[in-house]
Amino acid sequence: MAHDEVSGHDSAASDSSAVETSRAASTGTAVIASDVVNPGEPPHRKRVTDLDPKKAKHAQRTVYTLFYLSIAGSIFALAAYMAFPIEDGDIAAIRLNNLFIGVGSALALFGIGLGAVHWGKALMADKEGIDERHPIRGTQATRDRAVEIFHEADQESGFGRRTLIRNSLIGALVAFPLPGLVLFRGWAPQDEDPVELLSHTMWKKGSRLTLDPSGIPVKASDVTIGSVFHIIPEGLNERHDLLEQKAKAAVLLMRLNPDDLTISPGREDWSYDGIVAYSKICTHVGCPVALYEQQTHHLLCPCHQSTFDVTKECEVIFGPAKRPLPQLPIEVDSEGYLVARSDFNEPVGPSFWERS
Amino acid sequence: MTSTIDRTGSGDSTPAGAAAATDNGPAKPKSGGFTAAASNYLEDRTSISGVVKEFGRKIFPDHWSFMLGEVALYSFVVIILSGTFLTFFFQASMVETHYDGAFVPMKGVEMSAAMESALHISFDVRGGLLVRQIHHWAALLFIAAIGLHMLRVFFTGAFRKPRELNWVIGFLLFVLAMAEGFTGYSLPDDLLSGNGLRIIDGLIKGIPVIGTWTSFLLFGGEFPGTAIVGRLYTLHILLLPAILVAFLALHLVFVIVHKHTQYAGAGRTNNNVVGYPILPVYAAKAGGFFFLVFGVIALMASFFTINPIWNYGPYDPSPVSAGTQPDWYIGFADGALRLIPPGWEFVWLDHTWSINIIVPVIALVGLLAAVAAYPFIEGWVTGDKREHHILDRPRNAPTRTAIGAAGVTFYAGLWAAASSDLMATHFQLSIEGVIHTIQAWVVLGPFLAFFVTKRVCIALMKKDREIVLHGFESGRIVRLPGGEYIEVHEQVDDYERWRLVDYEVYEPIMLRPNAKGQITPGMRFRSRVSRWFFEDRIAPAQQQELESGHGHHGTHGDGTDHSLEEGPGLTKP
Repeated sequence: MAHDEVSGHDSAASDSSAVETSRAASTGTAVIASDVVNPGEPPHRKRVTDLDPKKAKHAQRTVYTLFYLSIAGSIFALAAYMAFPIEDGDIAAIRLNNLFIGVGSALALFGIGLGAVHWGKALMADKEGIDERHPIRGTQATRDRAVEIFHEADQESGFGRRTLIRNSLIGALVAFPLPGLVLFRGWAPQDEDPVELLSHTMWKKGSRLTLDPSGIPVKASDVTIGSVFHIIPEGLNERHDLLEQKAKAAVLLMRLNPDDLTISPGREDWSYDGIVAYSKICTHVGCPVALYEQQTHHLLCPCHQSTFDVTKECEVIFGPAKRPLPQLPIEVDSEGYLVARSDFNEPVGPSFWERS
Repeated sequence: MTSTIDRTGSGDSTPAGAAAATDNGPAKPKSGGFTAAASNYLEDRTSISGVVKEFGRKIFPDHWSFMLGEVALYSFVVIILSGTFLTFFFQASMVETHYDGAFVPMKGVEMSAAMESALHISFDVRGGLLVRQIHHWAALLFIAAIGLHMLRVFFTGAFRKPRELNWVIGFLLFVLAMAEGFTGYSLPDDLLSGNGLRIIDGLIKGIPVIGTWTSFLLFGGEFPGTAIVGRLYTLHILLLPAILVAFLALHLVFVIVHKHTQYAGAGRTNNNVVGYPILPVYAAKAGGFFFLVFGVIALMASFFTINPIWNYGPYDPSPVSAGTQPDWYIGFADGALRLIPPGWEFVWLDHTWSINIIVPVIALVGLLAAVAAYPFIEGWVTGDKREHHILDRPRNAPTRTAIGAAGVTFYAGLWAAASSDLMATHFQLSIEGVIHTIQAWVVLGPFLAFFVTKRVCIALMKKDREIVLHGFESGRIVRLPGGEYIEVHEQVDDYERWRLVDYEVYEPIMLRPNAKGQITPGMRFRSRVSRWFFEDRIAPAQQQELESGHGHHGTHGDGTDHSLEEGPGLTKP
């Protein structure tokens, strides 16, 4: 039985034994291998191209035909470049341009690839070779010399001896990248506080609710029961920071039968006759909660399927989000347009550390 | 080799050239012509003949599974070629413009310069769409090939000494490839990729302590800002590729240094490599294979649309389409986010703890860390300090294979979750039902996969042993004089038998006191893990068993498990 009985306790105890050639390396634990003898290379089987000159000739023909086909493919692709220009705005032309340049190039590539592989497999000498492996670690002499070189270098430089020089150098090397790292503070504006920015949107008292993206204001009378509107604040489209503001201020406006709404104390005047407005930005990781199921009054986020119940002030009924969508308090102005009573009473969108 | 100055025609490129380089010079004064002159010119200035001598006839073993890494390498070359073309047209800027290109439905739409130039490449540059699609398909293939290559390396044990470090380098390449993929995906600034960035932003904000500021720095202020595309562009075409190329070069250097592994087979040992030489056969096959990979990518780009940003439109934080999904390799991360049950977030110490973010992030990082660390874990369990150049058949390392299957099951669950909504709509299921099923799969599936895989491996080992000892079923039924029918078994030939018996099994570590006469808790733990790894095993057949084995008709397999002291352990007849 071919037990190499060098067990775990040995390797645990022999950690210090540095001298250990790779032939005699520890197997760690007992290993059972078969003692059946390796029968050696099987006899070589000749290919048909070795046995039959006709087949070899045929293979040769195949290879050069493929290479010529490749040239034909390249020419075809060049011709297609000219024959299928992109006419302005014509999708069909773009499709043909893409297709024929691509097919020609693919033919050029396949011709070379198949030809070369076939050449290698059918015609090139079918002789397997054998390389010897050697242990990855160097010879003992080399290793000794390497250790010696480090030792000599240490002696000649005094790196280990002159500790004051060495330690001050290490200190300097640790310190020198710090200014460079601090420069990256410039990635974000110096004069802005993210927590402050995340806590407010551009909604304020009297901002009209307008349609996304046209900016047309919405009257309460336009909002019929069961309908849903994508809303942005009045004046958003004129902002230079449009996308940043929109990423916080986007709102969904829905009208439900007022009897279906459960309204908690303090929010009685946040809605108007069954019309409610909720932040469209998911409290999970910030996707727009754009899917409204009219029958169930559920809002669904298409990214991670957090589901919010509009009748229960958008509390989470399924999915990874925790917090309800923030509600935008609304009222109707003297002309009958829907306006915000104030900004959201809490930060919208994904949770962040400083939020409480 | 150093002192013959009067060589004239030594560098011709025939296979015999390597030999000719040493002594054929004066014999053929007129051979070669330009090639020889050029070779000599180079050689006199670079001593490149040493490289040719060293590597020209280097042997590489053949197996289809060794081509997976090649596919990754070649698709990376395609990515570099096509990506370079794209950089000449792409504008990594988020400056607002109004589209005025060939694509009519988008005319006048407000969008960033990045999106506008991506549309320009697609619709106004001849062949531009083709190159864009080649780039994207090649990227998808690149990561897929890396993943399969890693699975091959894992399940065959190719990561064992001396290749542990190369496994880690390969792992880093995998992570870098995903990072390259994500940064590239985000560049066109279309609606889909913008939503991807929005998710990244939300994810980062959920990280305790540093999240808010990290997001603020990354986006140069509030999301989405006007900086992110330019920053991702620098990462995508400069920083990440530079690191990737450096690690890739290192990866290949190690393949040369270690010489390629090979599967067990007649004539193959741990001390040799059997295969074909680089020149000419391997160069022809591998070089040709590059063109085949490129050809497949070109065909895909010709026929199949990928990432039609013109259908999505420019990024806007408000709209989103149902069924949004990331590119496939990010799916497991997106799926992990989806699987968190409701309510995993709380406020404590005046701060928000987004457990619904932290848990998936830890799960993903943990999965990746486990992948990176596995060679060292297995090396610690076996304590094996020998070099391994013969690959394991997956069945012959049942515990490792079972661990791999468990990991794949876990990954597949996360990945499937990224399509939970599409599964629900396509198969008319409730989204809750799909998510709950996948949650159960992710938690229980790995255990089931582990158990089933390990049993299957052991059963296959038993079958191999049976074949070695008793031959294979020939399909020939013989009726004996007594009326009994038997199926005649035929012996396998020596070469096939060797392939089946050339493996090793480890025995669990025996818990014995160390030199100080102590048993430490660490030793106890390691011995327990070792038992878990190696308790169930089927030893390879021994010569003696082969000789006495014929005609042995006991029920095989009994007692082959837990055969601690019986060594190869078949039941004694």
